[in-house]
Amino acid sequence: MQWEVVIGLETHAQLNTVTKIFSGAATAYGAEPNTQACAVDLALPGVLPVFNRAAAEKAVRFGLAVGARINRKSVFERKNYFYPDLPKGYQTTQLELPIVAEGGTLRIQLGDYEKDIRITRAHMEEDAGKSLHEDFHGMTGIDLNRAGTPLIEIVTEPDMRSSAEAVAYARALHSLVRWIGICDGNMQEGSFRCDANVSVRVKGTEKLGTRCEIKNLNSFKFLEKAIDYEVRRQIELIEDGGRVVQETRLYDPDRDETRSMRSKEEANDYRYFPDPDLLPLVISDAYIEEVRSTLPELPQAKRERFMSEYSLPAYDAGVLTSSRELADYFEATAKALGGPLSPSPLPQAGEGDADASQLRNAAKLAANWIMGDLSAALNKEGKDIAGSPISSSQLAGLLKRIQDSTISGKIAKEVFSAMWSGEGEADAVIEARGLRQVSDSGAIEKIIDEIIAANPAQVAEYRSGKDKLFGFFVGQAMKASKGKANPAQLNELLKQKLAG
Amino acid sequence: MSLTLEDVKRIAHLARIEVSESEAETYLAQLSSILGLVEEMQAVDTRGIEPMAHAQDVVLRLREDAVSEANRREACQAVAPQVEAGLYLVPKVIE
Repeated sequence: MQWEVVIGLETHAQLNTVTKIFSGAATAYGAEPNTQACAVDLALPGVLPVFNRAAAEKAVRFGLAVGARINRKSVFERKNYFYPDLPKGYQTTQLELPIVAEGGTLRIQLGDYEKDIRITRAHMEEDAGKSLHEDFHGMTGIDLNRAGTPLIEIVTEPDMRSSAEAVAYARALHSLVRWIGICDGNMQEGSFRCDANVSVRVKGTEKLGTRCEIKNLNSFKFLEKAIDYEVRRQIELIEDGGRVVQETRLYDPDRDETRSMRSKEEANDYRYFPDPDLLPLVISDAYIEEVRSTLPELPQAKRERFMSEYSLPAYDAGVLTSSRELADYFEATAKALGGPLSPSPLPQAGEGDADASQLRNAAKLAANWIMGDLSAALNKEGKDIAGSPISSSQLAGLLKRIQDSTISGKIAKEVFSAMWSGEGEADAVIEARGLRQVSDSGAIEKIIDEIIAANPAQVAEYRSGKDKLFGFFVGQAMKASKGKANPAQLNELLKQKLAG
Repeated sequence: MSLTLEDVKRIAHLARIEVSESEAETYLAQLSSILGLVEEMQAVDTRGIEPMAHAQDVVLRLREDAVSEANRREACQAVAPQVEAGLYLVPKVIE
């Protein structure tokens, strides 16, 4: 039987405000326990919440970035349950009237296809504190620093059909929230975590199967593995004549399996009702326009512009717009390298085209280096683009020397390494190490003559038709020139000389 | 809509309120009469009226995102039954 996987995601993204959603206590990560938990966060009697305007601004930013409708009036509700890291006995959240309503989409790219994932809604809520279950002689330790930290919960339609699509969506969302500056995206610290609703159905049928929710997946790898396990579990269960029971499950990365969370019978009776301590949040059209005007160019628009303006392939444009910092780095490099030609006193016909093609060539060269050597070096040291020891203008300085044939692409790698380890600008490295490419045909011919003289047997073989030996001569000559011979010139001259 | 004794006990349990049998009977009568009042109100025609989320027709006040609460852990923990290493200690809750 052919099965189809159906996945919807709920993502909690911590809004990067300075203070809590309903109190003026700080939200900085890693503080000493309970030093950022004030009377409101502790739910001492008589306290009242006062809403943080930055939380609304960031939520509206998100809604606009995905093209969703913003509710002009949204309402906070109480979700009631008892747990010691939730001192009020309820979580303040939004249910019926969330700040971000329907209509949002997020585009994902997977190999050669693209797909829009629909976003059902996004609402604001507060995070709970942390329970530490170890080492307190049979007691549980409670740290309420995180209690009251603003979250936005982003809910999708069940639009994803594989774990790969779910991961692509999670990555795109992760990139977007950082791009628009509403969440630091730090998954180790729990700033961005996903719950996956997973079900299966016979391919071709409409009706959704019974779903299970896998909670608190805080890495893309775990998200993928948890879904894959859960899909296998559900299919095997059904094929063996069983049925899937709707429940909440947890993923155990050590065993690579999901397990049912034992929960009490009434666990889901949250008895929501509008919070009488909080009035409806009203947002004006003018405010929405004000927020819209501060949005940066969004990833998808930038990706499309990179494709049209720089003629980059879709894949390159996608990689280079995976973060705003990377996109800015690329664009700065491409512009520094292929900016308009130096102004000439008499504009020539077709000069604009020349500029455009120069910019495209520069962009492709910059893209290749950023996605190749630079990314590899960054990955190796666990750095991101912001931590690159080579700035965009320095990289452009290096690539300029490839363009004007001062050095070959191969030598450029050596210069790159030297720049990476702090030996200075490209030109300084080229001078200090004597790496300037030899383009003097006399000098190259001299080297070729020596190689030919030193290898009479190979020359004879080559001349009798063993063309493959050409590579051997190129290698020998390059070696003799210490890699500095202009490769195109070397090939050309070598061919002539060997022809005899 | 009428409540049963079981409903009352369930609601009490969800709210973590301990009620005796006789109290449950009392609450059943009281809660039922409140629901009776609600039922009476249901008779009012509210078509075309936007539902309110709060009894007062005013909007939420917004606060600037600036830290106003200093660390007062010592004072807060002075009234806690048990603390250790800066944490509030509670009976073990993990299932």
